[in-house]
Amino acid sequence: MAAEMLVVHELNKTFATPSGDVIALNRIGLQVKQGEFITIIGPSGCGKSTLLKIVAGLDTKYEGTVLVNGKPIDGPSIEKGFIFQEPRLFPWLTVEKNIAANLSLRKPEVRKRVDELIALVRLQGFERSYPRELSGGMAQRVAIARALLRSPDILLLDEPFGALDAFTRSHMQEVLLDIWQSNKTTMLFVTHDLDEAVFLGERVVIMNPRPGHIRSILPIDLPYPRKRAGHAFQELRHKVLNEFEKVEGPAVDEGAHI
Amino acid sequence: MSGQSVSRETAGKAAGSDWLSRIPRPLHGWIVPVLVVVVWQIVSGLGILSATLLPAPASIVKSFLALCASGEMAEHLSISIYRAGFGFLLGTSLGLLLGLSAGLGKLVEKTLDPSLQMLRTVPLLSVIPLFILWFGIGEFSKVLLIGLGAFFPVYVNTYLGIRSTDAKLYEVSRIFQYTRLQQVTKLIIPAALPNILLGVRLSLGASWLLLVVAEMMGTSAGIGYMIQDARAYSETEIVFVGIIMFAVFGKLSDSAVKLLETRWLRWRDTYKG
Ligand SMILES: Nc1ncnc2c1ncn2[C@@H]1O[C@H](COP(=O)(O)OP(=O)(O)OP(=O)(O)O)[C@@H](O)[C@H]1O
Ligand SMILES: [Mg+2]
Repeated sequence: MAAEMLVVHELNKTFATPSGDVIALNRIGLQVKQGEFITIIGPSGCGKSTLLKIVAGLDTKYEGTVLVNGKPIDGPSIEKGFIFQEPRLFPWLTVEKNIAANLSLRKPEVRKRVDELIALVRLQGFERSYPRELSGGMAQRVAIARALLRSPDILLLDEPFGALDAFTRSHMQEVLLDIWQSNKTTMLFVTHDLDEAVFLGERVVIMNPRPGHIRSILPIDLPYPRKRAGHAFQELRHKVLNEFEKVEGPAVDEGAHI
Repeated sequence: MSGQSVSRETAGKAAGSDWLSRIPRPLHGWIVPVLVVVVWQIVSGLGILSATLLPAPASIVKSFLALCASGEMAEHLSISIYRAGFGFLLGTSLGLLLGLSAGLGKLVEKTLDPSLQMLRTVPLLSVIPLFILWFGIGEFSKVLLIGLGAFFPVYVNTYLGIRSTDAKLYEVSRIFQYTRLQQVTKLIIPAALPNILLGVRLSLGASWLLLVVAEMMGTSAGIGYMIQDARAYSETEIVFVGIIMFAVFGKLSDSAVKLLETRWLRWRDTYKG
């Protein structure tokens, strides 16, 4: 029996703002199995980041049930990795020290892993650079390497590839799939890119705004590695897109990514 | 072809740049002072200026050498540096300590900060009479006055620096489960460092200022006293020597902190002009 890694049940989240309460999440329900790859797609402001932060344990003010490994969350923990929407690097640390963060590079095993990860995200030669010397996409790759260093059981990714160009993006997607398949990491991957959602996810969670809720969850029954040009891929992509067209308002980035 | 274009480029550069490029770069800052001194010396030599109002540079140098030779300079300088240094260390370390506690802990912030913020607005020179009444005009009183002047810039800026730590980076530190100690040493202090160093530079300036004030309120040694004493006997060149000593040591200490800034804040991405 595959264990439920993550259970979200009747989750509500309201932000109190000076101009009144904002319902960010409304009755969210989601069950994720150990080792599953879930993509979450939805227009801006539908509460994707809010949901991830709650699962990460960064935000503990919510109503409802959120269980990770069967236990209610009480703050961040080592088994949960997070890649933020922005790189969020420490500006005073070099690339390699940013990846190591609070681990010491003087430990040989940390040193070795950091070097491997730098190669993985293709940043060799920039180990000693400061964040200000990096492009936005390079900085985001550092952030990705930093999250991977701790080999989390569950990786929460908030539009991690949004700042990358098409080529780097598809390379990073493949890297992520490799890591997922070899480490059996449970992935919760937020994106606003239709292709990306269908290319990566075993299931696509479609969210809608005002108030943020789950519209539907579509399984993507395609074997990996997936071919974007394939007929079945395009059909599923249309199916996801149709879910959006049922609602008015700005839909997601349909994307011209090939 | 390429050689030609290179040589043309360098030729254009030489023609485009002026006489400034023939003087080594580190000396650029000295051009204006040297010119002023030369003109000053010439004008003094013509006898247009009264020597008691504006003595010639040469006589200032002469009296500087005489002061050095007699050992007076060493005596005045050492006592001044001792006062300024001791007061500065006292003020900045206390400012750093309290600034850190107010920045990191709600308790100190709520109880101590309001009073300190109020005291900060009191002009320091107005409390000098109180200092003299309470502590006399001895060394203790002087060091305390300088310490008080050095305290506030470091306190305020340390506190401010800590509170301007990026909340987004704080979230990162929570995700990686930094211990509280790691949060302080690896996140908050590095983030506050630009402000802390700015505070240190400001308090250096305050220390020199208050040193002069303290040495003029009654003492028998120190550069400030030397200036005061020379004025009484109309020895204007010694007044100049004293002022120049303040300028030199003020600049030296400021450069030391600036050096730390370039070392420690290399990561900063700021407008460089
Ligand atoms: N700290 C906050 N205070 C008040 N309201 C907030 C806060 N954070 C988020 N919200 C509100 O909650 C809603 C969801 O925000 P969230 O950041 O989760 O959206 P998102 O789906 O991640 O959007 P995007 O795709 O643009 O990143 C928005 O309407 C936003 O205004
Ligand atoms: Mg978001």
